[in-house]
Amino acid sequence: MIRKTQWEPYLLLLPSLFYLLFFFGWPMIQAFSLALRGEDGGWTLAYVQRMINDTYFREALITTVALIVAILPIQFLVALAMALVVHARPKGAGLFLYFYAVPLAISDLAAGIVWFAIFTQRGYLNTILQAIGLIEKPIIFLNYQKPLWVIMAIVAAEVWRATAIIMVILVAGLQSIPNDYLEAAEIFGAGLFERITQIILPLLKPSLQVALILRTILAFQAFAVVVALAGQGATVLAKEAYKWYTDIRNPNVAAAYAGLIMVLSIATTIVYLRALRTPEEVTA
Amino acid sequence: MKHWPWSRIVLHAVALLLLLWVVLPIYLIALAAFSPRDVVYQYPKPLVPTQFSLETMLFFMRSSGVLDSVRRSVIVALLTLVVSMAVGAPAGYALARYIFPGRDTFRIAIVSTRAFPIVILSIPLAVSFINLGLYDSTISVALMHTALALPFTILVTSSVFASVPVDLEEAAMTLGCSRLGAFWRISLPLTLPGLAAAAIFTFVLSWNEVFAAAILTLRNRTLPAHVLSVLNESPLPFRFAGGFFLLVPALIFMLFIRRYLFNLWGRVVR
Amino acid sequence: MAEIRIDHVWKTFGKVVAVKDVTLTVEDREFVILLGPSGCGKTTLLRCISGLEQVDRGTIFIGGRNVTNLPPRRRGIAMVFQSYAVFPHMTVFDNIAFGLRMKKLPKPEIERRVRDAAALMHIEELLDRYPAQLSGGQRQRVAVARAIAVQSEVLLMDEPLSNLDALLRLEMRAELKRLFTELETTVVYVTHDQVEAMSMGDRIAVMRDGEILQFDTPVRVYDYPADRFIGGFIGNPPMNFLMAEVTDGRVLVHGTAVEVPAPVRSRLQAGPVLVGIRAENIELSPEQDEGAIPARVLVVEPLGSHNLVTASVEADMVKVTTPADMRLRPDQAVWLRFVPEKVRWFDAESGRALPVDYEAVEAAGHVG
Repeated sequence: MIRKTQWEPYLLLLPSLFYLLFFFGWPMIQAFSLALRGEDGGWTLAYVQRMINDTYFREALITTVALIVAILPIQFLVALAMALVVHARPKGAGLFLYFYAVPLAISDLAAGIVWFAIFTQRGYLNTILQAIGLIEKPIIFLNYQKPLWVIMAIVAAEVWRATAIIMVILVAGLQSIPNDYLEAAEIFGAGLFERITQIILPLLKPSLQVALILRTILAFQAFAVVVALAGQGATVLAKEAYKWYTDIRNPNVAAAYAGLIMVLSIATTIVYLRALRTPEEVTA
Repeated sequence: MKHWPWSRIVLHAVALLLLLWVVLPIYLIALAAFSPRDVVYQYPKPLVPTQFSLETMLFFMRSSGVLDSVRRSVIVALLTLVVSMAVGAPAGYALARYIFPGRDTFRIAIVSTRAFPIVILSIPLAVSFINLGLYDSTISVALMHTALALPFTILVTSSVFASVPVDLEEAAMTLGCSRLGAFWRISLPLTLPGLAAAAIFTFVLSWNEVFAAAILTLRNRTLPAHVLSVLNESPLPFRFAGGFFLLVPALIFMLFIRRYLFNLWGRVVR
Repeated sequence: MAEIRIDHVWKTFGKVVAVKDVTLTVEDREFVILLGPSGCGKTTLLRCISGLEQVDRGTIFIGGRNVTNLPPRRRGIAMVFQSYAVFPHMTVFDNIAFGLRMKKLPKPEIERRVRDAAALMHIEELLDRYPAQLSGGQRQRVAVARAIAVQSEVLLMDEPLSNLDALLRLEMRAELKRLFTELETTVVYVTHDQVEAMSMGDRIAVMRDGEILQFDTPVRVYDYPADRFIGGFIGNPPMNFLMAEVTDGRVLVHGTAVEVPAPVRSRLQAGPVLVGIRAENIELSPEQDEGAIPARVLVVEPLGSHNLVTASVEADMVKVTTPADMRLRPDQAVWLRFVPEKVRWFDAESGRALPVDYEAVEAAGHVG
């Protein structure tokens, strides 16, 4: 670290600070103002009421939460498997890491379309199932009368796309665990399973926590995957917000949805931070 | 051949299985995108390439609005890249090189914005942009995407700058450089690859973003926003080709930045 | 002419006072060592001289010029960093030429000076290499060559040898000493290694807690430590310290009276006093010796040329050097006699040396 001519760092921070105030802080206030204030400028719960009473509200909320509950455990298991595999340095570890990480740069829309190609009636899943003789004629998976299939397709797409970020965080976490610990555990008789549960997982807790928060927040915003796979079949909170803004042209109710997503995100973050508080000795 | 213990064999089997899970869908969409149109509609579909054809891709590219939206997407992504680097990199440098009151607060504030549904803010922003006459323009999308990318840019550039020992800049200063000169001659050349990786990732971030782009534009759509808005009324060839086209930059850019994977994500989260 | 004058300089980081009212003059062409344990402020003081740190209070003159508020590049200094700070994206040649190019010297002149500096450091054949291809020792040479190429009148070195392995350090120590005698530059050299300080410097400034405790030649710092801390920090083994009691003009060390030279006696007051004595100034005898201090052998460490004996005098530990052929075994009773004119006297409470003119004591010693 150099020098403490005190104004220099502040000057360098100023542009970011202003930018975030204008395009982050202010819209945030604006969102609540849109959602909670009537045309006369007074406070009102009318828009929130309208959001809650809407036919699709319950479904959107339930689907959003259900997706999170279904997706996260699978994602963490797959990510942990990937991270452990990469960390065990198989032949061509760099190549594996690259391909496991590729979905990091794939958009949710592209992922949705990719899995649409698989799950659609004339798609690849039916082709494969029929080829190995499991079915006689194609199944219609993406049908709004079979929400369970639609949800499964979304889960598959999300696990495929968004596991990479968790994997990278976990690999970075694994790299920070000194090999000595694992070797010591091995000397004292710990097998692979014990090494994972007794040494690796506890030491990975900070990384897991960060990944969990990041993934949950992003899952609350799930949008394009749902549109691409479900069409009108299933809905989530972000999709409702989009619908209210573009189709119904009611920015106030759309803002109410935005506010709800924000509140849910912040609440979850706080719950996670409290529930998964990391003891000092682990972070040190 | 060297004898492999069972554990190594199992490890490689699992590794290949996971690889297949990631790669197979990419292979299938590419297969579909480069099949002729009648094959796209065919059922059951061939699982190996039978005839290579650009018909489906060209059909997508020639659909109305696609080329315009591609051009707009590139402009938005470039604008996002330039603005977020110009605004964010100085802050990253300050975090990496100075100790000053408020440094930790700023850092924590930036980190915590990542735990925040930023794209959702496009809804109130859209309302403001309508009032300002900025609505439905490439600039409005770029401004939103910059807000989305900025916390990321600040943290990544900070970790990139921090990877150059401050001693090097100080040595240059004792050898006749001004502070700015030391940055220009020493830190910048050494951090260029890392900064480029950060810039590329910002580009991808913007290229991929669909929610805010769809909210903030009406006629002047970016590619993802355009594809999204017509998706459910589009024929299969359009969807498959569009999906593949959206995916391509991801594959290419990841090649460039794979060395910086942990600079970009691993360290940022700490 | 490049004398460095530091006048009442203060430097704080937050609440930590790193440099506390330091006043110091380094003569032109002098080799001065800043020595002290880590965290004593020696590096901060060096960085204040270089301009990498701004002083809070006080003034710094280099060659009679007030440089207190000048940036490093206008101070006429060159510096060698502990980490070497060799630029990784430049060849060895470009590294050494860096400062010369900043001065916008003509090309042939740069070429000549780079080659000269490289020749001095014996790295001519490395000029086209990149730092990543060099060993630690070679990088160190590049760092020194880069600093001497600019031919500044002041050269600052921050623990330049501390990252080298022991053998290389020994070699570089001798080489640097030869180099600086040839170059006739003023050198300020920071180290925590007292052997380095003793063997290289013209004068040593011993620092602790941001203050200079003593500024003198190596021999005098070794022989006449101004403070108990210095006696304990410099020399291997460190100086022995024993509590003594002054009563009726006699000095008792654990009940045994020791001989006190006349000039010292007048400085002593009744009460406790701290006695300091180097290992080589204690005579150890395995036979009972009237008037010597009885002790017991704890450990004998044979060092080849001599033995280092640790003996206990009541609860105190004393290190004594004995001839290599003297046979002692643990727990053996021995008798210690201090060479009277080599005993150093310290205030029992503050640990500061009593104001004794030891040169007069030593001159009179053999008579007394």
